[in-house]
Amino acid sequence: MDIPYTVNPRSDTGLYNAKVGIWLFLASEVMLFGAFFSAYILLRVTAQQGFWPDVADGWPHGLLNIPIGTFNTAVLISSSVTVVMAWMALKENNFPKFRNFMLFTVACALGFLGIKTFEYKEKFSHYVIRTTDGKVVTGHFDVDGKSPLFWTLDTVKSKNIEKLKVEVDIPNRYRFPVGMQVPEDIHKAHAEGRHHDERVIEVSQIDSLKAFIPSTHPFFAIYFTMTFLHGLHVLGGAIVLAYFTFIGTDLWRKNPEQFTNRIEVGGLFWHFVDLVWIFLFPVVYLL
Amino acid sequence: MASTSSHTSAPHGVSHDDHYHHEPGFFEKYIFSTDHKMIGIQYGLSSLAFLFFGFLLMMAMRWQLAYPGKPIPVLGAIFEKVLGADMAQGGVMQADLYNSFGAMHGTIMVFLAIVPLAFGAFGNYVTPLQIGAPDMAFPRLNMASFHLYFLGGVVMLGSFFIPGGAAKSGWTSYSPLATLADPVNVIDGQTLWLIGMVLLITSSLLGAVNFITTIIQLRARGLTWMRLPFFVWAQFVTAFLLLLAFPPLEAAGLMQLADNVLGTSFFLPTGLVTSGGQVPVSGGGSPLLWQHLFWFLAHPEVYVLILPAMGVVSEIIANNTRKPLWGYRSLVFAVLSIGFLAFIVWAHHMYMTGMGTKIATFFQTTTMMISVPSVIILSALFISLWGGSIRFNTPMLFALAFLPMFGIGGLTGLPLGLNATDLYLHDSYYVIAHFHYVVAPGTIFALFAGVYYWYPKITGRVMNETFGKVHFWGSLVFMNLIFSPMFIQGIRGMSRRMYDGGATYFQDGVGADPGILKLNVSITHAAFGLALFQLPFIFNFFWSISNGKKVTSDNPWEATTLEWQTPTPPPHGNFASEPVVYRGPYEYSVPGAEKDFSPQGQPG
Repeated sequence: MDIPYTVNPRSDTGLYNAKVGIWLFLASEVMLFGAFFSAYILLRVTAQQGFWPDVADGWPHGLLNIPIGTFNTAVLISSSVTVVMAWMALKENNFPKFRNFMLFTVACALGFLGIKTFEYKEKFSHYVIRTTDGKVVTGHFDVDGKSPLFWTLDTVKSKNIEKLKVEVDIPNRYRFPVGMQVPEDIHKAHAEGRHHDERVIEVSQIDSLKAFIPSTHPFFAIYFTMTFLHGLHVLGGAIVLAYFTFIGTDLWRKNPEQFTNRIEVGGLFWHFVDLVWIFLFPVVYLL
Repeated sequence: MASTSSHTSAPHGVSHDDHYHHEPGFFEKYIFSTDHKMIGIQYGLSSLAFLFFGFLLMMAMRWQLAYPGKPIPVLGAIFEKVLGADMAQGGVMQADLYNSFGAMHGTIMVFLAIVPLAFGAFGNYVTPLQIGAPDMAFPRLNMASFHLYFLGGVVMLGSFFIPGGAAKSGWTSYSPLATLADPVNVIDGQTLWLIGMVLLITSSLLGAVNFITTIIQLRARGLTWMRLPFFVWAQFVTAFLLLLAFPPLEAAGLMQLADNVLGTSFFLPTGLVTSGGQVPVSGGGSPLLWQHLFWFLAHPEVYVLILPAMGVVSEIIANNTRKPLWGYRSLVFAVLSIGFLAFIVWAHHMYMTGMGTKIATFFQTTTMMISVPSVIILSALFISLWGGSIRFNTPMLFALAFLPMFGIGGLTGLPLGLNATDLYLHDSYYVIAHFHYVVAPGTIFALFAGVYYWYPKITGRVMNETFGKVHFWGSLVFMNLIFSPMFIQGIRGMSRRMYDGGATYFQDGVGADPGILKLNVSITHAAFGLALFQLPFIFNFFWSISNGKKVTSDNPWEATTLEWQTPTPPPHGNFASEPVVYRGPYEYSVPGAEKDFSPQGQPG
């Protein structure tokens, strides 16, 4: 006996097996990301004041690049549209159209990951520097024309650097939580179009120097963990969709209905990945 | 329609299915099999091996509790050689070794032995047969599920041999202890524990998706939801618990892994200080967060342990009382209620954390609520016995013993579900006694019953009854001699976290009560007795494969459910012809019927 309902739906449920399977899998994925979002909430509401002295509630704001994040959101949403178009093309029995839409989808996936990699690199070279007078600044610095990644105070000292020329960020208004007064000089700087102050900091005056990496603050820990896990999902989805675009096309000739079903299931997963990002983007970038 | 009682030979079953005809090689047949029955057997054998291994860990710990500071006979020398002198100096169990054995005993028993046996082995082998399906809905996922489980087991076992030894922060792995327990090695036992857990969680996720899809989609014609055997219902709810409760632990595991390896502070609070000074982390995390995420899985996990056992017991009780289960519909709705309520009781494990009286009150209420459907199930099974002409064979003995044993385990849980009493009992041996009554003479007895009951379907031979009865009576007596004294120890306030069983503590003359220390010795003796009485089972299990009494029919227990209407052992594809179901699962002793059982596939 062959396993029934691998292609055609069972009459009382109206579903083929893989469709039941993917919805169940997505339910468990909701629980997985749900746990991370719950963790985010708990870490944020229990965050202690004073860790980032330039903000009021102890939780960093406005450290992520919102225009880039918005663009990436648009990239992912477009791919979600085209994955449906690709499936519809199969329903119309139009394979070349399917392939074009799928190529666009996979390209969007890779584009998203590329942009995310750039953002990660930007963070790894972004530093929070605490000086002995108790002040804290964030910013980038160059050593020999390069922006170093993952440095610590020990790295700086081991290179016998005495002074760091730091492009200190003038906090953007997102850095201030809703209801908090933005200081006058910051308003002024923004009005003049200045976003950085160049400042020379004596290494001997530095208390601690940390890159924007997971161990620096729970915000970065949860930001990197969630976006990395989401990125893995994007990668996994892209591999599956690319497989059906380039390698697994034999099935289309042999059993077009099953092939269409697989694209539908892959598409459902892709929508889920998209949906996670729709939640992730406002939570980590905007709020 | 397949004839139900004639002995059908295996080749007949597959004869109509040409593309399965090539003879599979060894690897294809035994290692990379996609057949749910072979995967069930793989799960069964591996999990029984893990069950035995977990038991040995406990035996070594019991020795240390009864005779603290004395070298462990035989094993002590091996531990010293294999695990190092800092673990077992002169064959004496050191605190680190005790802690790692304790953590791994819990982990192995829950995640590698009992769940895989109840869900992976019985679920895989029996569920598709009982619903009249040719296989699981996704056979290759099924294979992947077993391979991930096996890999997870290998990682867990391997962690014993790395520097620093296996995880030693309890099976609950509370942070910050779990992160700080081994400050020297980056890849420590805890890290491997987390990697192993991620593999096991992925495995059970694949299994859960597969089980639910199979039960929804592949039920035979005529097998409506209310005609499903209770065993299938239990597996169905169990699969949902695994599907939805495990991912939060996966999330927590990944976060703790980041704490261990990347130096993040998900679960490490600000200003954390150990004997080595201030811990160099950013802080700002929450130890409570770990406990919430852990228990969000680990409480439903208790129902994952118990529901399949209830399913097995129901099948066997209906079969051996020769009458329908009492209150089948109530059983179904009770198991569904348990499935729902299991998700909202987790924090009753956390009264001690000081999370607040309001939250404690909420979880205390839901905990009392979940005891209602549990009591419904147990009562229905007890009432099912009423007026039956009971056949006291080995599976039935184990199933009968399950009822009072689980009853004791369940009722002693009530004081732990109430905030006020739990505060006193929580860190004591009372908890160990309660939990083990549920799982050891509870679930494990039910699983033994299942092994004896389905053995003839799998091998075509019956396990020896005499050995079976020796195994049963010995196990029943010694299980109780082990766990009931622990209630006394716990109520007298003996802590469950002391690696010498409290010898040092009582030496100082604080609350000196030599009586409860003497119980340590008698419990250990009982544990050795229990080990002794598992030998007949182990012998019987292997000996009967080739020497057991051959079954003369495909349905040796004269049961009604579909798995007994297959050839013995069922061939690839299971059924000789498509099964059709005409009646409910437990139509025993139907008035006016020819025989005292009417199989589900029998028309009319």
